[in-house]
Amino acid sequence: MLKILKYSFYDLIRSRWSYVYFLFYLTLGFVLLFLNNDVSKAVITLMNVIIVLIPLIGTIFGVMYYYNSKEFTELLLAQPIKRSSIFLGQYFGVAGSLTLSLVLGLGIPFVLYGLYRSNAIFDFTLLLVTGAFLTFIFVGLSFVIAISNENKIKGFGYAVLLWLFLAVVYDGLFLMSLIVFEEYPLDTFSLVATALNPIDLSRILILLKLDISALLGYTGAIFKKFFGTDLGFVVSMAILLLWTVLPILGLRYKAKRKDF
Amino acid sequence: MGFQIGSANIWTVCGTCENSSIKETILRAAPHDTLLIKKGTYKEFELLVDKPLVIKGIGYPIVDGERKGEIFRVTSDNVTLDGLFLINVGVSYTKDNAAIRVVQSKNFRIQNMVLEQLFFGIYLEKSSHGKVYHNRIIGNAVDEYNSGNGIQLWYSSDVEVAKNHVQGTRDGIYLEFSDRITITDNVSMDNLRYGLHFMFSNHDIYSNNTFENNGAGVAVMFSKFITMKDNTFRKNWGTAAYGMLLKEINDAEISGNTFEENTIGINIEGSNRIKYLNNDFINNGWAIRVIGACYTNSFKGNNFMYNSFDISYNSKLNDNVFEGNFWSSYTGYDLDKDGFGDVPYRPVKLFSYVVNRTPETIVLLRSLFMDIIDFSERVSPVFTPDNLKDAQPLMKIRS
Amino acid sequence: MIIEINNLHKKFGKNQVLKGVDLTIEEGLIYAVLGPNGSGKTTLIKSILGMVIPNKGQISVLGEPIKKGWKYRKKIDYLPQIANFPPNIKVKELIHMIKDLRNSPAAEEELITVFGLEPFLNKKLSTLSGGTKQKVNIVLTFMFDSPLIILDEPTTGLDPKALIRLKELIQKERARGKTILITSHIMQFVEEMANEIVYLLEGEVYFKGSIAQLLGQTEQTDFEHAIAAITTHNHA
Repeated sequence: MLKILKYSFYDLIRSRWSYVYFLFYLTLGFVLLFLNNDVSKAVITLMNVIIVLIPLIGTIFGVMYYYNSKEFTELLLAQPIKRSSIFLGQYFGVAGSLTLSLVLGLGIPFVLYGLYRSNAIFDFTLLLVTGAFLTFIFVGLSFVIAISNENKIKGFGYAVLLWLFLAVVYDGLFLMSLIVFEEYPLDTFSLVATALNPIDLSRILILLKLDISALLGYTGAIFKKFFGTDLGFVVSMAILLLWTVLPILGLRYKAKRKDF
Repeated sequence: MGFQIGSANIWTVCGTCENSSIKETILRAAPHDTLLIKKGTYKEFELLVDKPLVIKGIGYPIVDGERKGEIFRVTSDNVTLDGLFLINVGVSYTKDNAAIRVVQSKNFRIQNMVLEQLFFGIYLEKSSHGKVYHNRIIGNAVDEYNSGNGIQLWYSSDVEVAKNHVQGTRDGIYLEFSDRITITDNVSMDNLRYGLHFMFSNHDIYSNNTFENNGAGVAVMFSKFITMKDNTFRKNWGTAAYGMLLKEINDAEISGNTFEENTIGINIEGSNRIKYLNNDFINNGWAIRVIGACYTNSFKGNNFMYNSFDISYNSKLNDNVFEGNFWSSYTGYDLDKDGFGDVPYRPVKLFSYVVNRTPETIVLLRSLFMDIIDFSERVSPVFTPDNLKDAQPLMKIRS
Repeated sequence: MIIEINNLHKKFGKNQVLKGVDLTIEEGLIYAVLGPNGSGKTTLIKSILGMVIPNKGQISVLGEPIKKGWKYRKKIDYLPQIANFPPNIKVKELIHMIKDLRNSPAAEEELITVFGLEPFLNKKLSTLSGGTKQKVNIVLTFMFDSPLIILDEPTTGLDPKALIRLKELIQKERARGKTILITSHIMQFVEEMANEIVYLLEGEVYFKGSIAQLLGQTEQTDFEHAIAAITTHNHA
């Protein structure tokens, strides 16, 4: 698997799209810092952008890579390599190169603008960690979608729909159900609903940093325990990890059973 | 016997001295005498100071009330208490026992005292023209029903409360029916309920104080003509926790204060004609929450930075003026370079209405869905008051 | 015997592609797998390679059942039908990469010379023509020394010179005692190369035998006509 990973990664970091992605983050970082001239504020703005954008880019990139490397995959399938290694290698190659683009693209401007001298370094690290998690999760999900759909257009469609659902529609439904059932105790429900969506979960991790004052304004005891202690952070991280593992398992399962 | 200096005597009290009891020495002393209490532990309580005396500790002698009742009760004018360490006030459910109670006295001075293991700390009752200066009051209050306030003023006036440190009591500083009080440079923190609590007290000034991590912050209620300047309100977190709670306050000025990391910076209920000038609201859940009818308030030159919500209203009416404030979430531009944004800023998000109605929705803060809804509301307001806007938002932080 | 296939079934959706294939491939011969479009040639080959997972039946390669295994592919050199390679990679790197992945000794230099690929070694694969890509494909297949070689439409896009080289190569490998499986639409090529014909029809092995047997059975003198006549004749 490491060899496949190496080649996929190598292939990707030389591809045009990785540069586009890298340059995009580089520009975003510099522009935000130029406009705000304040590392902390730029981090906050970035957090808002990143929880929506990373899943979208991860999804599109994952699907695209899968379909584009189909023939190469078939070439590899005839080689004495374990099937799951081929797909997992490619998956880690894509997710890894995207994460690298993210870390370098954002890291360079922030370091140049004096990240080490600011107190935003923890927030920034959290931002990158969350970004990495989202990249791995959404590349994984897009791989599962792509491997389940021979038709490229269909696969693309489903992947973008999945993103749209998790990034926007889910929260709309979530909000509506909270308002409809406002008579009932809802804090467990809202925490569970949050955990079921990796984008919401990442958002919560960021809220824990930025909006703890507002979160603690709510009465629910479970809320209080979750947000008021380190429990929230630890649990969110654990669920994100679970979210990362699930698509990988799905990919393995699908890879073992698919015909090429 | 004491030494005679002029017309006044100085009495020295210590464990091995001729005068080993503070209580008895007070009885023996003549008005305007001075008692010097040497280092040591004095197990005494209900010390009645009914004549003008100076009682001064040397090396912080401990007066241990052994939880039997009040420690000092001052009923005379011109009394000074200085440099004593008072501990173990008796907790009672029927009497408000205090470490020091001043009753109907004038020109008192309570300074450099350390109060621990207390019920009420310093209780001023119908007293005036005194000074409570540089005391340290450390309580260990756990429940509201069996704890007292750090410094309490009841029907008192013209008192200066300065440079005190109050923590771990029920209300750090409590004023009821007390006018013309000046409260400066105090630190009130980790108190169960309020750091500072005003009720029915007018013409008071408090400035340069720090209120941190109190159960519910600072409450100013049913009072007029209060000036609140240059105070810091920090880290008051919780469901009903505010940097400051204003209820039925009229004609006040709130300027130069810093509200940082509070669940709610200022909670305003039924308060009118208040000027909010040059305050900093940083990293609060809600910088300002307006409940009910509040008229003719003006908010000018304030910095609103990184608050989850800048302003929250629960009505569609607005009679308050927002002008020339800095809003960190303002995204407008300044083409004519006059330092003010060319498009108005609308500080009330639709989402804040949703959260008021269904508090659990707070978990959707900063979600794309809510941002889209807030954006559309900002473009064409339906639920938020149309005239609630800052037409001249500052482009740069007011420094 | 090098490959043994028993009762192999494969269905894609509703489409039953293989309906119980039984086939034995003996060592040291060149087999041509023929059949009309959609008869299941590629599916059969991909099943042997483990790329298609059968619904039913067993395949053994070199005496070992292949189910869930992957190490047996070390014994197979496979030339896929359409050679599409990662576009951002150079020919040299691709060869190096496949060598690295297989972790076997390889003799690519000679093959590169034979097919005249030297000028292309430092070019990216996306810039190559179809024929050149096929040459690269051939190099990748023949550079290893495995007992079983499977070629899916090896002649696609080759110029006459390269075709001759390919034929020589196949003969040389055969002479070294290797077993070779070919699918092709070029009957002349098959006639020239194959010892044994396996004719698939509607998911079953319809005919298996030498070219001479085929000619005898169909009563034809010419191989191409024999293939065309194979179905009609047997029914008669």
